[in-house]
Amino acid sequence: MSDLEQAAATQGAPPAEARRLPRSVRWLLEAQTAWIFVVLLGMIGVFAILKPAEFATVDNFRNMAVDASSLLVIAVGMTFVIITGGIDLSVGAVLVFASIVAGKAMEAQGGNGYGTVLLGLAVALVAGLGWGLLNGIVITRSRVTPLIVTLGTLGMAEGAGLLITDVNIRSVPLKLTDSIGIGRLWGQIPYLVLIAALVTVVAAIALALTRFGRYTYAVGSNAEAARRVGVKTEQHLIKVYAISGMLSGLAGFLSLARFSTTTIGGHSTDNLQAIAAVVIGGTSLFGGIGTIVGSVVGVFIPVVLQNGFIILSVQPYWQEVAVGAVLIAAVYLDQLKRRARAQG
Amino acid sequence: MTENGVVLGAREIFKSFGHVEALRGASFEVRGGEVVALVGDNGAGKSTLIKILSGTLHPDAGEIRFEGRPVSIGSPTVARGMGLETVYQDLALAPELDPAANLFLGRELVRPFPLSLFGFLDKPAMRRSAAEAFSKLGVRIPSVTAPVANLSGGQLQGVAVGRAVNWASKVLFMDEPTAALGVVQAQHVLDLVRSVRDSGISVVFISHNLPQVFEVADRIEVLRLGRRVARFRASEATMDDVVAAMTGSVEQVEGTENGQGPG
Repeated sequence: MSDLEQAAATQGAPPAEARRLPRSVRWLLEAQTAWIFVVLLGMIGVFAILKPAEFATVDNFRNMAVDASSLLVIAVGMTFVIITGGIDLSVGAVLVFASIVAGKAMEAQGGNGYGTVLLGLAVALVAGLGWGLLNGIVITRSRVTPLIVTLGTLGMAEGAGLLITDVNIRSVPLKLTDSIGIGRLWGQIPYLVLIAALVTVVAAIALALTRFGRYTYAVGSNAEAARRVGVKTEQHLIKVYAISGMLSGLAGFLSLARFSTTTIGGHSTDNLQAIAAVVIGGTSLFGGIGTIVGSVVGVFIPVVLQNGFIILSVQPYWQEVAVGAVLIAAVYLDQLKRRARAQG
Repeated sequence: MTENGVVLGAREIFKSFGHVEALRGASFEVRGGEVVALVGDNGAGKSTLIKILSGTLHPDAGEIRFEGRPVSIGSPTVARGMGLETVYQDLALAPELDPAANLFLGRELVRPFPLSLFGFLDKPAMRRSAAEAFSKLGVRIPSVTAPVANLSGGQLQGVAVGRAVNWASKVLFMDEPTAALGVVQAQHVLDLVRSVRDSGISVVFISHNLPQVFEVADRIEVLRLGRRVARFRASEATMDDVVAAMTGSVEQVEGTENGQGPG
């Protein structure tokens, strides 16, 4: 035993083996995600018992998945942003902007083929990417807090969208609605859900297993430390906001496909819903902690609540009340954990 | 190596922040395989000098030589490429990451091609290698997979030092490495400093704690008001000599400095 080991021993630190609980147990104790997942399962269980014929059906679960899909895509991007210690308030406005320019582009192109649809997709993604890059560049260059910068771009994207058109575009190609909007893979899995699931899986892998994910955590945990070991923290932040913007653009395109019209007035609280979902899922607003799986659970909690309340003929507004309370509780728990750690 | 075995030398370094002249012609030398203490009162310019030598700051004027050649240390990455590592006073650890992730931060190991294209991390290899590095140094940590936020002050210091030692091949800078530690833990950091030196890596030890400096250092260089005012062999100097140099009541003449020891 070397000297430093003896130092640790005299400090009363038990041998590593004695302290180590099974990984699964530690995970259960530590992870808010695990508890929130239990809550989600509990809610599903209660609704399924109360209204088995209406709630616990394949059709209903499919509906809930479709309801969640576009918010899920936004929440995935938001998870990266919040893990870096930032916030992106502009997502809903960027969604609307992207769907307007994509709609306009498809209108101008005309036609009803896949070419027009692909053009719309490309325009939506580029539009989202553009706003995301703007967010990232302004945040890293000006050092104005992300809260203010993205509040600014929220207004800018919304205003710019309304300058292009302040009435909803309705001439969306039928091909888009038929394929992505209401189409299903093998007649079972809605393409909207499939796309959202693909985005989620790729993002979850990138966050958990790659250098990109590692740097996302590092920037949120201690940006200065990351900078000192050569991580290009500003470039990384720009990429993260760009991803968030691009996913908002994708969500705009999905929304266009689903409703076959731009939904200009319908997204003013998307940003808050996404932030709530991410935070409820265990991602820390202080940065450095979070998972995509948690955000998936966080997205589904309000969706399941709303769906269940409607089926039970409870006023669906109770969903918002409940989610608000859960959000506060989640942040409170996060702060408790950090305080305990700071003292321990 | 070069004249007098100097690995890293700074000569006539000037650095100002606005109207504040932090360094006014400071010189400093690190020789191969030694522990050299850099001491001085608050505001003497120790931290500024170390930041310049580790690539965090750039001098306004002056020359830095590494292994005999003039060099420009443009960034911490350049410094690390030269085998110069720093243990910062604030440790510069990411609290939410585990010790293995901190040790490899910025130098992650990736899986073989084609997964390397996407930057897939080789976590098992990093864990193994981190566990080896820490145990080789005698740094005892409960787990290489739990966030470092859960560690005690001494263990945090161990992780930060372990990381720097693991990557240093020439010089290790340690900025007040014992300031936040208890007596026992500080003692073990000093042991660590000696064992790093014995492995052939030079250590620059910055401290206010003169008993610790005398315990661990082979040589002592004293900064005062942005200039080097004295150099001592630790074995030939007394604490009074060093204090006198730090406070300005005695000053060695630059130019006689090549002879070691006071005067």
